[in-house]
Amino acid sequence: MEEKVGVYVCHCGTNIAGTVDVMETAQWASEQPHVAIAREYKFMCSSLGQELIENDIREYGLTRVVVGACSPHMHEKTFRGACQRAGLNPFLFEMANIRELDSWITNNKEAATRNAKAMIKGAVERVVLHQPLDYLPVEINPHTLVVGGGIAGITSALELANSGYHVYLVEREPSIGGHMAQWDKTFPTLDCAACILTPRMVEVGQHPNITLLTYSEVEQVEGYLGNFTVTVRKKARFINEELCTGCAICEEKCPKKVIDDVFNVGMQNRKAVYKPFPQAVPMYPVVDKATCTYFIKGKCKACEIFCPAGAIDFEQQDELIQLQVGSVILATGFDAFDATRIPQYGYGRLSNVFTSVELERMLNASGPTAGKIVLRDRNTQPESVAIIHCVGSRDENYHEYCSRVCCMYSLKFAHLVRERLPEAEVYNFYIDIRAAGKRYEEFYHRVMKEGANFIRGKVAEVTDIARTPEEEGKLVVQVYDTLAGMQRRIPVDMVVLSLGMEARHDALKVAQLFGLGCDFSGFFTERHPKLDPVLTMVEGIFIAGACQGPMAIPESVAQAAAAAVRSLGLISQETVLMEPVRAHINEAKCSGCRICNNLCPYTAIVFHAERRVSEVITAMCQGCGTCVAACPSSAISGAHFTHEQLMAQVQGLLWDMSEPERRELAAV
Amino acid sequence: MSEVYEPVIVGFLCNWCSYRAADLAGTARLHYAPNMRAIRVMCSGRVEPDLVLKALREGADGVLIAGCHPGECHYIEGNLKTLRRYALLKRLLAQFGVEPERVQLLWASASEGPALAEAVDRMTEQLRALGPLRWKVSVLGGNGYHPMVAAPGGDEAEVSDMLTAEV
Repeated sequence: MEEKVGVYVCHCGTNIAGTVDVMETAQWASEQPHVAIAREYKFMCSSLGQELIENDIREYGLTRVVVGACSPHMHEKTFRGACQRAGLNPFLFEMANIRELDSWITNNKEAATRNAKAMIKGAVERVVLHQPLDYLPVEINPHTLVVGGGIAGITSALELANSGYHVYLVEREPSIGGHMAQWDKTFPTLDCAACILTPRMVEVGQHPNITLLTYSEVEQVEGYLGNFTVTVRKKARFINEELCTGCAICEEKCPKKVIDDVFNVGMQNRKAVYKPFPQAVPMYPVVDKATCTYFIKGKCKACEIFCPAGAIDFEQQDELIQLQVGSVILATGFDAFDATRIPQYGYGRLSNVFTSVELERMLNASGPTAGKIVLRDRNTQPESVAIIHCVGSRDENYHEYCSRVCCMYSLKFAHLVRERLPEAEVYNFYIDIRAAGKRYEEFYHRVMKEGANFIRGKVAEVTDIARTPEEEGKLVVQVYDTLAGMQRRIPVDMVVLSLGMEARHDALKVAQLFGLGCDFSGFFTERHPKLDPVLTMVEGIFIAGACQGPMAIPESVAQAAAAAVRSLGLISQETVLMEPVRAHINEAKCSGCRICNNLCPYTAIVFHAERRVSEVITAMCQGCGTCVAACPSSAISGAHFTHEQLMAQVQGLLWDMSEPERRELAAV
Repeated sequence: MSEVYEPVIVGFLCNWCSYRAADLAGTARLHYAPNMRAIRVMCSGRVEPDLVLKALREGADGVLIAGCHPGECHYIEGNLKTLRRYALLKRLLAQFGVEPERVQLLWASASEGPALAEAVDRMTEQLRALGPLRWKVSVLGGNGYHPMVAAPGGDEAEVSDMLTAEV
C-alpha cells in the first residue's frame, strides 16, 4: 500500500522562516513521492498547529507524518501526541530538525533552504518505512538513592522520606552535613549555619524512612530507570553501631593526635578515633585506619580498653551492600579552589595568608580558635584584614566562570571581622560586586555603611617585601585600583583569599559510574540548562546542588527539593512508558556466530547453545544498536532505527547529489 | 568562474552527546558552515560502515561520525565500538583511494556545541580543498577495474546480496 505522508513545515515565528524559505519548502515537499499533503504554519507546536495535523490525519487518511521544525528533543513528544490523538501510532512520525541544525546556524538562506529540503526528504524516505510500535511499560521501584549528605542531599532525602518513601542516603565522610556544617554564618541573614542545619541532620538520622549509610561510597551502578542495582561499600568504622552510645570516651582516651585536614582544614588536631564535629550525625565515631596506632604498630587498643559499651571492633571489615532503587539523586557538591595554585597570592608560603574556609572555621565558636580572629601565631589579633575576591574564579588561567557565592560571603566576612574586631580596617579587593539575590544588594550597602573599604581591582600580588617603613612586617597587597586609575600597595596584617567553587576532583569518576556527562568545568551536565536543570541525560538520575554548578545554599535547597519531586513523580506513576527502541534477533537469519554477545554493554544478549542462536532480552536491552551495526548476517534489527530506515534516510538526505544537479549546486 | 565548491557532509550524531551538542550550537546561534546534514542515531555504535559507504555512494563528500567522549558513553562503551569499527573502515576506504579527511570521527559531549561547530567548519574547509568525491568516477571507475554489477541499473546492494547468498 502506498503510504500517505503529511509534511508540516514550521515557521517558528521568524526563527525558521527568517532563514529558510518555508513557503517554497512546503510547496516542494508537496510534489515529492509519498507526500499526500504538505503545509506550512506559523507555530506547529501550538494547539492550532497540532489540530491541523490531527484533522489532516482524519480527513485525508494520512498514514505517516513528518514535521520540519525544531529539535526532536524539544517537540517530538508533542507531535507524537497529536498523531496518537488522531488514531495514528505515535511512531509513524518523524521530525526534521530545521531549526537548531539549520536555520539557527547560518544566515545563508539558500543553503538553509536546501538543507531543510534535504532533512525533510530524509525524514519522508525514512518515515514510510516506520513500523507502529508500543511504548514499553517499566515498573518503578519506589526506593530512591541519594548520594551526598550535604544540605542538598539532606533536603532531597527529607522531602522523599516525609512523603512516605524510603531513601538510602550515602555519604563518603563519617558524618552528614557537608560544607554547610563547616561554615559559621550564612549570608545575608547572618543565620548561624549550624543552628539551621543540625536540626535537619538529626531528622535524617532519626527518620524511619531513611537508611543512612555514612563512611560509604558507591562502587557500582547497574540497571536503568526504575530498576537500578547499586553496590555501596560501607567502609569499616571499627565501631559496633549497635553497641556504641556516642559517649566519646574512646576519643578522649585515644593517645594519637592527627591533624584534621578535612573538617578543620588543617587548623586543629583530632584523634585517630574521632567524630568530625560535635553535632555529627550519626553520632558514632570512626577509627581512622591510616593513623591508628593499633593498625600501624599492632598494639594500643586504648579505646577498646576504655569503651564502656564494648563497641570497639578491630575485626570489622568493609561491607558491600546492594541497594535496589528506582531513581538516584546525585548531590555530591563541590571542592573549594586550591589556593596554592596561585603562587603570587602566597598561600602556604606567607603564613598570614588564609583561605576563606580557614576564616570560616576561625569565626566558628566551636572552631579551632573558638571564634577568635587571630593570626597564624594563634595570639595576635589583626589590625587590618584584606579580603581578596575571585580567587580561582573569573580568571582565564583557572576558572572562567563566576563562583557566585564569593562576593556575598566576602561581604559577610567584612561584617563579621568588624563585628569581632571593631578597630580593624577591612579591605575588599573586588572585580565587580555581584549581589544578585534576595536582600543581597541591601546587605552590600549595609557593609559599605559599616565602614569596610572597597578597592576595585584584581590583586596582582601579595608580598612580605616592604618598600616603605609602614610596610615593614606587614603583608602588602599590590593592586591596580581601576576606579582611582593607579597602582596601590595596601599593607595589612592578614589576607583572606575568597576561594571559588570547583567541581569535585573525582566528579568525572562519579559521572562515569552513573553514565552522566560533565561540562567543561567538570560539573555534571543537566538535561536542559533552563528547563530541566535537575534531570541528567540518564533517565532516572537527577542532580541537585553544587555538583551541577556553583550555587549558594538557597538554590541548592531548591534544586534538591525539585529533584525529590521529580523522583516522586516517577514513583507515583508506578510504571512509566519507555521508548520501544530495542533490538530484536531474527532467529531464522542468526548464524550463531556470537559476535553480538560480547558487544552488548548490558549483557542483554544470551546464546542458546542447543539451537545455536542468540536472543536479545528485551527488558535488559537499552537500544543503543551496537549489535545491530555489528551483525554480519543482518539478523538483528533495531526498532525505529532499522537498517532500511537509516539507509533510506541517507538516500533522502542526499536527494540532490546526483551528478547534473550537483554541478548546478557547485555553481551557486 | 568564481564559484566556491560547497561540499556536503553527512553527520551521524549520537542522541545523547553529539546531537545535543549540535542542538546547543544552534540554540547559542553559533554560526558554522551549513554543509552538514545530520542523522540522529541513538549511539555512535549504531553507525555501521554500510551507512557511511551509502552516504559516500549517494553523493556525500564526507561523513562525520560523532559520539560521546570515551568513558562518557550513554551506553557505557558504544563509542569504543565505534572507534574500532572506524579504524577498520578507514583502512578499507584508503584502499578505495578515498582521502582520510573524508570520513572523520569526533567526540563531542552535550555541552560541546562550539567543538562540534568548529569540527564542521574545519571539515568543510578540508573537503573544499579536496574537491568533490564523485564516488562513481573515483571509486567505481577510472582505474580500469569494474565491479561485476557496474552495469546501468545494477547497484552495490545487489553485490552484497549476491555475496551473502553465496556464503
